[in-house]
Amino acid sequence: MNLADYKNIWVFIETECGKPKNVGFELINAAKPLAQEKGCELIAVVIGKDIEGVAKDAICYGADSAIIVDGPEYEYYTTDAFAKALVALVEKYKPETLMIGATNNGRDLGPRVSCRLKTGLTADCTAIAIDEETGNVAWTRPTFGGNLMATIMCPENRPQMGTVRPAVFKKGDYDEAKTGEIVKEEITVAADEIRTTLIERVKEVAESINLEEAEIIVSGGRGVGSQENFQLLQDLADVLGATVGCSRAVVDAGWMPHAHQVGQSGKTVAPKLYFAIGISGAIQHVAGISGADTIVAINKDPDAPIFDVADYGIVGNLNEVVPALTEAFKAQKA
Amino acid sequence: MNICVCIKQVPDTNEIKVDPVTHTLVRKGVPSIVNPFDTYAQEVGVRLKEKLGGKVVVISMGPEQAKEAIKTCLSVGADAGYLISSRKFGGSDTLATSYILSEAIKAVEEKEGLKFDLILCGKQAVDGDTAQVGPEIAEHLGLPQITYALDIIEKDGDIQVKRECDEGYDMISTQLPAVVTVVRLPYEPRYPTIKSKMAAKKKEIPVLTEEDIPAINLERCGLSGSPTKVKKTYTPVTEKNGVKLQDIEAEDAAKQVVKLIYDAKIL
Ligand SMILES: Cc1cc2nc3c(=O)[nH]c(=O)nc-3n(C[C@H](O)[C@H](O)[C@H](O)COP(=O)(O)OP(=O)(O)OC[C@H]3O[C@@H](n4cnc5c(N)ncnc54)[C@H](O)[C@@H]3O)c2cc1C
Ligand SMILES: Cc1cc2nc3c(=O)[nH]c(=O)nc-3n(C[C@H](O)[C@H](O)[C@H](O)COP(=O)(O)OP(=O)(O)OC[C@H]3O[C@@H](n4cnc5c(N)ncnc54)[C@H](O)[C@@H]3O)c2cc1C
Repeated sequence: MNLADYKNIWVFIETECGKPKNVGFELINAAKPLAQEKGCELIAVVIGKDIEGVAKDAICYGADSAIIVDGPEYEYYTTDAFAKALVALVEKYKPETLMIGATNNGRDLGPRVSCRLKTGLTADCTAIAIDEETGNVAWTRPTFGGNLMATIMCPENRPQMGTVRPAVFKKGDYDEAKTGEIVKEEITVAADEIRTTLIERVKEVAESINLEEAEIIVSGGRGVGSQENFQLLQDLADVLGATVGCSRAVVDAGWMPHAHQVGQSGKTVAPKLYFAIGISGAIQHVAGISGADTIVAINKDPDAPIFDVADYGIVGNLNEVVPALTEAFKAQKA
Repeated sequence: MNICVCIKQVPDTNEIKVDPVTHTLVRKGVPSIVNPFDTYAQEVGVRLKEKLGGKVVVISMGPEQAKEAIKTCLSVGADAGYLISSRKFGGSDTLATSYILSEAIKAVEEKEGLKFDLILCGKQAVDGDTAQVGPEIAEHLGLPQITYALDIIEKDGDIQVKRECDEGYDMISTQLPAVVTVVRLPYEPRYPTIKSKMAAKKKEIPVLTEEDIPAINLERCGLSGSPTKVKKTYTPVTEKNGVKLQDIEAEDAAKQVVKLIYDAKIL
């Protein structure tokens, strides 16, 4: 492998049924200073169905140009089709760096592609930089449930690949006037090359909840006591325009669908403001909220570990504190 | 249905503490457990076997000590277990780890005289936390994969997987053999009984080294076979020294917090 053959930074823009996920645009903003430092191009890669508009958006958000693969076989994500297309693009254009959002699909696709290319993949990063000494990308990521941070490099293989957590970086400004080249690549995947079949998609939440992109989250734990009592949290969320989340104990009790779960086996979130109400603060829960700017904890147990990570804590009965908070925010907003 | 479950022995990350002086992880005295996600993989594997017949074989790569983790699995329904162990395998990143495991899987098929229909992994190991080994095993073996399984359901001898997605789940079917990584299940893994523990203790756990996996290319194992290099580790500063309001009427406490939030321009 001649490392010098590999140039430019690529950001994979994930789409679902033609609609982009924010994380792709966030990564463009995050990668921009890196591209400037390297003096290379920042290229968005979009695979999907009817996604030319998404490629245009990626350019308006800061990509220099875009490569798209558009076809009916890419309407829904499948490992086989997307891995084939992305590997073909990498082999043709030889990017130096490839970033993918660390969503469920991104973490399904990333290792499949890096393994086929026999290169390194750093998982679920929360910071990226260029190493001054070597010019390699220095990927930083949490391990041991968030107890240990590691900085990882891929010095001898290309592309250097990483999946990067959603909502860690902010999107840049949208510049409508910005233009850039959009290159279309024809890559077809035959039906029998796709070995998995989507039988049905089951929605468990009425409106689409998107915890990863929520600015304010009101989360409840086992301490909330019942499904009905979650109304208290919903009232607070309504005043704040927030999304309701929960701990796993709540999902296990059947009070909330899994799509609301925050934590290691649920969603990783990074809101401006996170309320942890009746949540003890188990490491698996806290692992999912390390990206939150501000954490407010309400718990009747003064020794609950959640207070160790909270910016503001109220020791008290949530049945009293939460309605009081709702009223106080109402008064403040009025 | 013959099922291979890949399990990793991990430190119980609930018990890990950070030394306040050296800022390193204190691993001493921290119990080793079967990676929690792998206990789900094992449980669903055993349930499928109980329904369809066949064998559940667990494999784990790690030091001699990882035999304990394999024994735990043998006590809750696995039929056989293999330890994959060699100095040459140490220091492997996920690309090398998955390569070794995929070669080991082929060697175990040979030894057991069977072909696996399903290879199960946990979604991720709670120490390395990458969630990459499962998909990479699938790639090395050229098999289809389904990640983030919430349940695996048997239908007329085939399987369907409930895969976690943003708004609920996708029902996905796949050709077999396949690799599935499990994030959780609608039920908890079973506990061993005294009898099953005794039986597991007596079972022999063969150790496979590179000698037993003749096809393995040692250049692709260990540090030299690992494209990623850990350059630095450090413990994040977690103590926030936040404000904690105690012994205050709910109403006052709420008002104070709201004021603090607005004063800090968070909203
Ligand atoms: C592999 C694995 C993955 C996991 N993944 C996740 C995950 O993704 N997300 C997750 O959340 N957990 C996860 N867990 C589970 C985690 O370990 C905890 O069991 C879980 O987070 C506990 O939920 P909880 O805090 O709601 O409940 P509890 O721990 O029971 O805490 C309830 C809290 O409510 C307080 N309380 C009770 N009544 C009141 C009241 N009236 N007013 C105020 N406070 C009150 C109590 O003091 C207590 O602190 C995982 C575990 C494993 C092993
Ligand atoms: C601080 C630190 C950071 C790291 N970061 C990266 C990184 O970003 N990229 C990278 O490629 N490597 C990384 N590594 C190396 C990686 O942790 C090891 O390769 C590890 O052995 C496998 O990865 P994992 O623990 O993340 O497993 P995961 O991929 O999270 O494990 C998923 C599943 O694979 C199976 N499995 C995993 N390991 C074994 C095993 N030994 N035996 C049997 N089954 C197993 C289990 O079913 C498990 O649930 C890192 C190591 C350290 C110490």
